[in-house]
Amino acid sequence: MDALPAAPPMVAVTDVWKARGRNQVLRGINLEAARGEVACLLGPSGAGKSTLLRCVNALEPCDRGIVRVDGTAIGCEERGGRWYRLRERDVSRQRAGIGMVFQGFNLFPHMTVLDNVCDAPVRVLGQPRTEVRERAQRLLEQVGLAEKAAAYPRQLSGGQQQRIAIARALAMQPKLMLFDEPTSALDPHLVGEVLDVIKALAATGMTMLIVTHEVQFAREVAGRVAVMVDGVIAEAGPPGAVLRDPKDPRVRSFLARAL
Amino acid sequence: MAQVEAKQGTVPVILPAPRPGHWIGVAVVAAVGSWIAYQALTNPGFQWGTVGRYMLHPQVLRGVGTTVELTALVMLMGAVLGVGLALMRMGGGQVLPLCAYAFTWFFRGTPVLVQLVFWYNLATLFPTLSLGVPFGGPKFAEVSSTAAISSFTAALLGLGLNEAAYMGEIVRAGLLSVDAGQGEAARALGYRPMQAFRVVVLPQAMRAIVPPTGNQVIGMLKYTSLASVVALPELMNSVETIYSRTFETIPLLIVAALWYLVLVSLLSAVQAVIERRYRRGADPAGARG
Repeated sequence: MDALPAAPPMVAVTDVWKARGRNQVLRGINLEAARGEVACLLGPSGAGKSTLLRCVNALEPCDRGIVRVDGTAIGCEERGGRWYRLRERDVSRQRAGIGMVFQGFNLFPHMTVLDNVCDAPVRVLGQPRTEVRERAQRLLEQVGLAEKAAAYPRQLSGGQQQRIAIARALAMQPKLMLFDEPTSALDPHLVGEVLDVIKALAATGMTMLIVTHEVQFAREVAGRVAVMVDGVIAEAGPPGAVLRDPKDPRVRSFLARAL
Repeated sequence: MAQVEAKQGTVPVILPAPRPGHWIGVAVVAAVGSWIAYQALTNPGFQWGTVGRYMLHPQVLRGVGTTVELTALVMLMGAVLGVGLALMRMGGGQVLPLCAYAFTWFFRGTPVLVQLVFWYNLATLFPTLSLGVPFGGPKFAEVSSTAAISSFTAALLGLGLNEAAYMGEIVRAGLLSVDAGQGEAARALGYRPMQAFRVVVLPQAMRAIVPPTGNQVIGMLKYTSLASVVALPELMNSVETIYSRTFETIPLLIVAALWYLVLVSLLSAVQAVIERRYRRGADPAGARG
């Protein structure tokens, strides 16, 4: 075998710290996800899972530490040995390559489903409208909502809205997808349809970071799980080991309550 | 169907609640209404013939034109500056929010009549207006203030800056009404800050911005009559000029009032159209799939 230099991990979070006021939300997070890997972030509420996810696409800037996506530092750059925060419009170019799905869907209510999916690729990436429309139609089929293209988001159920939100993120052809508790705002009987779409996406080889409370889902879909407690990753590894036989007592008590 | 028919005989029909006050109300309204109509038709002081003669009088029409033009320009200035003020107030940093706050504090806190007369008399403070290096440096261009500040300019500045202060707060209220997740979703998709504002946040804020702005336009249409104090020949000033000559005060005031009513009615119709446009996707019309 040739000794090729290893490809950089798709996501590399290195010693990330973040305070909100007096509250230290993240206290030295290290996390990696390889290309095509699905990593699930578990942990009790207030552990900092969502904040960490929002640091990955610099929706929130971190105070210390570097987040790299596909080798590129996100939200900051090095000049002369010092790290400076990037201007918002430069960060937006980086965010275009990172899809994000929110707990509250956040579809644009004044646009049809099709415009929700098409607007960013046309406006942000400058892709031709006809090409984007075709791709959008395919994505809507992929999430099982092709017939809803002309509907407005408020006419859809929560589960349908979340599937549209996934299609909207995918329309940007991202190299990484972030999911922030994608099923937490859904009625229990609608959770399954969204998880199925995410599972199907995992099978296509998309790299994903998923914050979730669905331990069973994490066990099925994740190549790696990380359990966060109080702003640190208490335990990380393959789901079988971490979820079946956790070493950390805090993780053990979290899993005992979650299962 | 058969079931429904069978039950109809046994289920009581619900009648509206009795409202004994209703007919008393109708009688009072009818009495007041007919008194107003009687006065309008029989009181010779109204001089409806004179009203009819002056409705389309060239001087009145010019006044209407000036009123409409001034209102449109004042509201345009107010809206543009207002959006700017709202963005300054809500953006980050320390200096810009403070500047916007100070602007609003000053121009909302002093009477618009004072501001109008102030701009008209700017020449007293600055006899000339010049473009050049301040604090005694060279001047590239210079005009006398009395030439630069016409009645119209004074009215535009006085009313426009005042309006901007109010519009800034209206726009800010509209922006606050949009869920923070909308801007976040736009940023996460890679929209630049101005794109996120223009495409995602502002259109949704418009639903909350349009109704109070309609109020402002209608109010401003009538506030332009204040410009008569700086001798701008808008609608009010025009009828004043006529009745000070002919002493047909009441009929000419009626002419002005009718014109204001016509313009306000048109504006209300325009507002209804604009509101319908920004209601897109707002209500879950149609059945769920």
